Amino acid sequence: MESLEGLSVINSFHLATIEVGKHFIWKIGSFTVHGQVFMTSWFVISVLLIASILATKNIQRVPQGIQNLMEYVLEFLRDLAKNQLGEKEYRPWLPFIGTLFLFIFVSNWSGALIPWKLIAIPGSELAAPTNDINTTVALALLTSLAYFYAGFSKKGLGYFANYIEPIPILLPIKILEDFTKPLSLSFRLFGNILADELVVAVLVFLVPLFIPLPLMALGLFTSAIQALVFATLAGAYIHEAIEGHDEEHGH
Amino acid sequence: MDISSASVLAAALAVGLAAIGPGIGQGNASGQAVAGIARQPEAEGKIRGTLLLTLAFMESLTIYGLVIALVLLFANPFVK
Repeated sequence: MESLEGLSVINSFHLATIEVGKHFIWKIGSFTVHGQVFMTSWFVISVLLIASILATKNIQRVPQGIQNLMEYVLEFLRDLAKNQLGEKEYRPWLPFIGTLFLFIFVSNWSGALIPWKLIAIPGSELAAPTNDINTTVALALLTSLAYFYAGFSKKGLGYFANYIEPIPILLPIKILEDFTKPLSLSFRLFGNILADELVVAVLVFLVPLFIPLPLMALGLFTSAIQALVFATLAGAYIHEAIEGHDEEHGH
Repeated sequence: MDISSASVLAAALAVGLAAIGPGIGQGNASGQAVAGIARQPEAEGKIRGTLLLTLAFMESLTIYGLVIALVLLFANPFVK
């Protein structure tokens, strides 16, 4: 992957560089992985782990400080899952949807708030983990697996009846939907985050001070919304697999 | 026209054309939401939440075009 020649003119300045498609490659066995994504993912995971350990270390009856915050987060996630899956079904899927939301949210905000680019690594630069399409594809495929598992564990082979449920003529579209769901999920998240970071990078390159600030704030907002959208859609797909097609929920 | 210049042109077209539909859609949705809030100011919170979610969905259509544009510019399979 290399940029077109015209754009390498931009990259020759060292005030701010715009790098897309350059990776810090690690080789693990016969696999080639993108090291910068791993490092930032581990950072995000450790932030989440430390926050939850701190919040549950010394549980009070009247919550204070970080425990209060985490209880608020938990209630938010519970309401999100309950809205999509309904009162009866939401509990087993709360951990999955909550993990998706928290991981994506903290990744996106870490990309926007932490000056990753100041930490130099060879051949690439650090950014939000969701800035790499492999991360978002992995999350989207996990969602696919989750809703297939939900459907099969609830209805067994009767899950296939979903495919011909309203009328059998929709069968090809239903099969196609199984492919477009993870595709659109992953592209939506990846594109939004990459677009945010690119717009900020281009503006920083043109006017380094103050002007990019409103767009950074907008980036924070859209990142949060994208985490919400991903979690909501995961919930909606799982609900669709569990419930069948007699009632439609927002896509 | 060689592949590089065609790719740059195609990238511009991809984003530009992909922005038309969602622009119209977002305008419609926001207009309807404002009308809804004007009729029922007490439902503002609910309307705003739904509006933001649907705007994100519409926006993702433009983002698909942007992804194609970025692929053409930075990871073009036809430029070696």
